[in-house]
Amino acid sequence: MDGTYILYKFILASAILLISLLVAMYSTLLERKVAAFFQDRLGPNRAGIFGIFQPLADGLKLFFKEEFMPGDADKFLYILGPSLTMMIALLTSAVIPWGNSLVIGGAEYSLQVADVNVGVLYVFAILSIGVYGIMIGGWASNNKYALIGAVRAASQMISYELAMSMTIIAIVMMSGSLSLKDMVEQQHGMNWNVWYQPLGFLIFLVCAFAECNRSPFDLPECETELIGGYHTEYSSMKLGFYLFAEYINMFISSAMIATLFFGGYNFPFMDDLHLSHNVITIIGSLVFFVKIAFFVFFFMWVRWTLPRFRYDQLMRLGWKSLLPLAIVNMIITGLVIMIKHHL
Amino acid sequence: MSDKPNIASLSGRKKVVSNKKMTFMEMIYLPAIIGGFGITLSHFFKKKVTLQYPEETKPRSEIYRGMHVLKRDDEGRERCTACGLCAISCPAEAITMIAAERKEEEMNLYREEKYASMYEINMLRCIFCGLCEEACPKEAIFLTDRIVSSDLHRGDFIYGKDLLVEPVDQRIDISHRQTPEVLKFKLDKNQSHNS
Repeated sequence: MDGTYILYKFILASAILLISLLVAMYSTLLERKVAAFFQDRLGPNRAGIFGIFQPLADGLKLFFKEEFMPGDADKFLYILGPSLTMMIALLTSAVIPWGNSLVIGGAEYSLQVADVNVGVLYVFAILSIGVYGIMIGGWASNNKYALIGAVRAASQMISYELAMSMTIIAIVMMSGSLSLKDMVEQQHGMNWNVWYQPLGFLIFLVCAFAECNRSPFDLPECETELIGGYHTEYSSMKLGFYLFAEYINMFISSAMIATLFFGGYNFPFMDDLHLSHNVITIIGSLVFFVKIAFFVFFFMWVRWTLPRFRYDQLMRLGWKSLLPLAIVNMIITGLVIMIKHHL
Repeated sequence: MSDKPNIASLSGRKKVVSNKKMTFMEMIYLPAIIGGFGITLSHFFKKKVTLQYPEETKPRSEIYRGMHVLKRDDEGRERCTACGLCAISCPAEAITMIAAERKEEEMNLYREEKYASMYEINMLRCIFCGLCEEACPKEAIFLTDRIVSSDLHRGDFIYGKDLLVEPVDQRIDISHRQTPEVLKFKLDKNQSHNS
């Protein structure tokens, strides 16, 4: 544990933090652009070319908005809510392998902040804490809509986390490791998990939408019923934090989908290019970001295509369809592994 | 059962609702969802209907009735004689004016002996019907295809002579509203206002 190592990790962590924030920032613009294009409009295009300064303008606007707090709100929890949501949203990026490793001067530098040997568990632990930010914020607002939104968020997260974990168990059974790095290494080239686990991928994808509170499962903040849901009483940058955390979650979820099912930084024919290790790593990282970008786009595509579920439909889908399917998927995976092992 | 009378559809658009059981493919929704993705994606690449307003404008009719202009004659003198017919004809009572007598040295400014020292149109009251233009015996007021710009205060929508009278060096073309039919109508002695 020498100085360079700590410095390197510090730089890497800061870079990933910045990239996450930057991607989330521009996701807001992308969302508006994509929404506009799906509706035959042009979207924001006045602030700079293609509206590239729009996120800055939006952020500035949020900063200058009046900071309003309901009279009967619990002051400490009211502030804690959005802060917690934001913090937890940013925590997950630590274990995602953003690339292989760079060899500089004989020393190997991994493009992963922390190769935790229980990386998957870490991600799920953080994801389940994520709901606390929403719960605390919704409860502290002292508003019925906020409370209903928060309760919905909590029950929705719990319901969908089950099915999500079940699909992950199937993946873990296949790879035999809980480390995300190992999982990516095993999907070398085109050997992606999605070819072996198409059903698992589908379930994971649907659950990821529910976990991010994204449409068609955006019931915690569904404006037609609950005004703004858990962030009804929030304004200014506190509201900004909630909205921003949603985009970070979307980015991280896309990264997780790409890591678990689409080979992370692996790309087809990576061994046939005969390039140096560092070049392959850089291309791999870029490919990883392309995959993430596709899934971020997919999140938006779904939002502007599908209508919102009713709450009982949401619960029925989670408990009566996805959970049994995930269990069946897990059992089949186990059987196939056992048969392969004994042949 | 024949005791239920078969009511004829008067509009011819009657549809019998069927609550048939969904097939398996319909029940898992996925084909329908993928179909939906196709529809939205096709819109993604469609031509956009957005009009970039200040740069592009919608095509307007040649005889569009927009912001008014107070015309000058060929020698640059104001045509308006402050007769008040426009104000009387105005159904929205948007026009008001104060008449004054032309001085000897103002011969090159006003065509008639009497002129409007103050002439105001409240653009928030105006309904752009064009009756002022029809009533004017001096061919002084016309509606143009210019747009009344937006503003922040009500008071700023009361346009005075500074905004309404055309500048001598920047004449406003009103020939579209002076079609041969209009000119003929203006000269028709059978019409009461021309006699």
